[in-house]
Amino acid sequence: MQSDRMDREAKLSPIRLTAVQYGILVMMLVLAGGLWRLQVLGADSYRLLAEQNRIRKVPVLAPRGKLFDRDGNILVDNYPSVSCFLIRDQGRNIEADLPMIAHGLNVDVEQLRAALRHYKYAPGYQPIPIKQDITADEQAFIEAHRFELPELLTIDEERRLYPRDGFASALIGYVGEISEEDLNNPRYAAYEPGDVVGKAGIEETYDELLRGEDGSRDVIVDSHGREVGYLRTQHAKPGQDLKLTIDNDLQKAAELALGDRNGAIVAMDPRNGEILALVSRPSFDPNAFSVRINRADWNKLITDPDHPLMNKAIQAQLAPGSTFKILMSVAGLQEGVAQNMHVYCSGGADFYGHYYHCDEHHGAVDIHNAIPMSCDTFYYTLADKLGIDRIAKYAQAFGYGQKTGIDLPGEQPGVMPSQQWAAKYYHRKWYAGETISVGIGQGAVEATPLQLARIIGGIASGGHMVRPHTVFANEMTPDFHKALEQNYPGVGETNVPIDQDNWMTITDGMAEVTQPGLYHTAGSAHLDGIDFAGKTGTAQVVGHDTLSKMAKTHATNPNVWFVGVTPCRNPELVVAVLWQNGGFSYYPARIGAQVVEAYVEKKRRQEGNLPAAKTTAAVDVGAVWTVPGTKGKSEHVEAGHFFVGGGQIFAAKAPAKPEKPAQPVSPKLPIPVSAQLGIAIPWLGSEEKLVQP
Amino acid sequence: MMRRFLSFRDFDWPLLGVVLLLCVISVGEIYSATLNTKFTGFHTKQIFWILGGIVAMFIFSRINYHRLLDLVPWFYGFSLIALVAVKLGGTKVLGARRWIKIGPMHFQPSEWVKLVLILAVARYFANLGGRRLTWGDILKAFLLVGLPLILVLIQPDMGTALIYTPILIGGLLLGGISIRQSLILAVTGFVLIFGIWNSGKILKPYQKDRLTSFINPDDDPRGKGYHVIQSKIAVGSGGIWGKGIAKGTQTQGNFLPIPHADFIFAAFSEEHGFVGALFILLLYFLILMRLIQNAQTAADLSGSLIIMGVVAVVTFQILVNVGMVIGFMPVTGIPLPLMSYGGSSVLFTFLALGVVMNVRMRRFVN
Repeated sequence: MQSDRMDREAKLSPIRLTAVQYGILVMMLVLAGGLWRLQVLGADSYRLLAEQNRIRKVPVLAPRGKLFDRDGNILVDNYPSVSCFLIRDQGRNIEADLPMIAHGLNVDVEQLRAALRHYKYAPGYQPIPIKQDITADEQAFIEAHRFELPELLTIDEERRLYPRDGFASALIGYVGEISEEDLNNPRYAAYEPGDVVGKAGIEETYDELLRGEDGSRDVIVDSHGREVGYLRTQHAKPGQDLKLTIDNDLQKAAELALGDRNGAIVAMDPRNGEILALVSRPSFDPNAFSVRINRADWNKLITDPDHPLMNKAIQAQLAPGSTFKILMSVAGLQEGVAQNMHVYCSGGADFYGHYYHCDEHHGAVDIHNAIPMSCDTFYYTLADKLGIDRIAKYAQAFGYGQKTGIDLPGEQPGVMPSQQWAAKYYHRKWYAGETISVGIGQGAVEATPLQLARIIGGIASGGHMVRPHTVFANEMTPDFHKALEQNYPGVGETNVPIDQDNWMTITDGMAEVTQPGLYHTAGSAHLDGIDFAGKTGTAQVVGHDTLSKMAKTHATNPNVWFVGVTPCRNPELVVAVLWQNGGFSYYPARIGAQVVEAYVEKKRRQEGNLPAAKTTAAVDVGAVWTVPGTKGKSEHVEAGHFFVGGGQIFAAKAPAKPEKPAQPVSPKLPIPVSAQLGIAIPWLGSEEKLVQP
Repeated sequence: MMRRFLSFRDFDWPLLGVVLLLCVISVGEIYSATLNTKFTGFHTKQIFWILGGIVAMFIFSRINYHRLLDLVPWFYGFSLIALVAVKLGGTKVLGARRWIKIGPMHFQPSEWVKLVLILAVARYFANLGGRRLTWGDILKAFLLVGLPLILVLIQPDMGTALIYTPILIGGLLLGGISIRQSLILAVTGFVLIFGIWNSGKILKPYQKDRLTSFINPDDDPRGKGYHVIQSKIAVGSGGIWGKGIAKGTQTQGNFLPIPHADFIFAAFSEEHGFVGALFILLLYFLILMRLIQNAQTAADLSGSLIIMGVVAVVTFQILVNVGMVIGFMPVTGIPLPLMSYGGSSVLFTFLALGVVMNVRMRRFVN
């Protein structure tokens, strides 16, 4: 090795090596001097600083944006509240204090331990929340034990205040502490454990706008945990208030109209897609969620067979029944098939070796009276002539089987079957008999109330289809709006051309539905002096044959629908009503009529145009129902007369004076909001079972 | 004719003893400092790193350092490639690309480059044979160290890049630079640094902030100066005898940032006081003096230069880290060798010791 030999003679300069040694010694002495200055000379002052060095980062929580209705009425507000936090960086044995804390705050020791575990990895100076919304007594306990329990801290915050009794809860949603799962979701990358986040409804969709930005304050505390001063405050940025498209008055009317029936109502302006009212039943009280909900209540909510947490207006996918016949009529007329079709209805017809029932013996039926009478035989025949492919083509164009793109989380697309659908999802051929069922909105067809509102509202508007939304677009930046449409995909705004003549035929037919007349399905929902049209629907939950074999119960009652519009052409309002296991389709028609009437009356009132108090030209309705057995009285059948009119439905056991409404017959009917409209619908009480004719 | 006489009797056992004593103290302090943090259990990991390091040291001590010097051009080339690779495809941690992932191993090339540079500089100056340096020699030395230094600087990892400079400075001083030349270089360097600082282009604002916050930490006590203030309070409040193991309020209350790694000396000083801190400095002093003694007795210039390169790096790291902890130096993220938690740092130190041991064991080999 050449290099070895060369440098063997050379050596390091000993002087320089010695210089390095001295250099290192000097360095060590300088460092030691620094330590001496800090640890010996400065020990006392630094010890004091360490004592006082309790710079505690206290969050300043941003109030969430409020929600207003379209008229500026407040829907969701905040209220001041006090929460208790625990500080862990005091060098105290917190475990030993837990029983005392638990006692004073009325919580479980285990619950406190769980909170400590949950925040194990949070920075030491960050206080962790242990109880929200504490009472005055609990606050007094903390004040009184400042010395024994210096680790407890109270923080003022603003909490969500929702309307009572679940008013609009499906629409508004609720907030809660962010979950572990959400924290891993890229959408919530900027969120931290313990943050409050929108969990459903508008609260979820618009969380980024509503939440604002939390600030923080550096509080200096002494070794006893007492605050001795502030270093710096970073103010919270309050969340943005949002103006919803909801009309509080209409929402109220819809809530009252649906009562406690299992179902949903959507009211929308079909000209622009603004949702005016949205109700889902059963509902829940979101106020229970704004503070941590207890396990028992939560379990009750998620195991309830009626799914109170489900927003049925956008999530219930059910057979649309005869409401589908509007789409069938469009398809039939546009294809030139329905115009000259004449069918004789004798209570049903044979197709492909199977007898398909109709509700009545309608006699001679054509497209003009098929809609108001909802004659199944006519639509069986039309479906057979059109074939599934042509039906599916129109249904998909109008939005069946696709999300509407509403700005609410969890929307369901429904189902529109076709030959392709059968092949793709079931790997089977399409049976011709299925087409017959599809013709009356049964079989595999499924739709949500919102879809039906959009589709039928769109058809009544001449084929102008809208994207439903609950917040005005000018409440957000164009970028946010764009992102919103991407995150909530759906058919959105489309135009499907309908010929003028066909459009007239269909809208005329729908107008007839709510006119009194033989076999007209919603004559009893007639509104005097209001241009009101619609279509009813009854969807069997079990087949005819099965039903005849099994005992009739509430659960075997068909789901009933109504979709109404006003005015009947180019409507300003479309309302879809779903009542699960409701039994008869004229019930939801009456419910829809109440919403329509509330809308028209409000509009007229605003225009100073309200007609003088109506002499109730109410429709006289007879009904038969069973009354459940009570003490000393077995189950029995009762009959009676009722008046429908003036936005109200009155019981009239004896011919009643319409000016003096009868008291509600069913005292158990829970009325969700203070009963401003004074509605009493005795035969619709939840416990009464209807007798199938 | 050439007798290969390599015996573990010639192994520097006293040096290894002091090193292992520091390692034991380190593991104890990592245990204490991570007791209430999410890093709990890191002391066992550190034990495994140390054991791995010891094995690596023994293996390296068997390799003839001349063989390593012959291979230096290869090492150097691979280092440059690795640094470029890490810039292009490395894992991004806290805004800087420093890590490269090979299988399950995370690998931080900039640490290993330290060792390569020590060998490269030793080979370079040994080949010059101790003669007076020309300006050409000095320029080549600058290029030799400057190329990898710039690659690390743009990762950006200013801390590690800084560690390369004492290798160059040590090489120049011991390799035969004249006093006149060194004065000229010092003045030029000062002017250059001044220029870079004020150009506002090369250093990122946060790097500047970090470098200056130690001078006036009270300007922004919860921001940039936070680390410095908390560290000084930790050290100062330790007093003469310290607060005791796992009893440092600064350490245990999470006031001290990363108390098991960069700020481990502050944690130790808080819990063991002035006496404990001085003891650590003494151990480092012993290690450095012992290393310099080995450099004096090395068989040839290249062996001496290798050991002095290690001395330069270790001395610099102690100065910057302890200086940072007591507020004399900016916060740069340079670990304290043998004390701070971290696999790359531990392995580098033991590999360097392995080479030193080999130089020592070959001191009588002619």
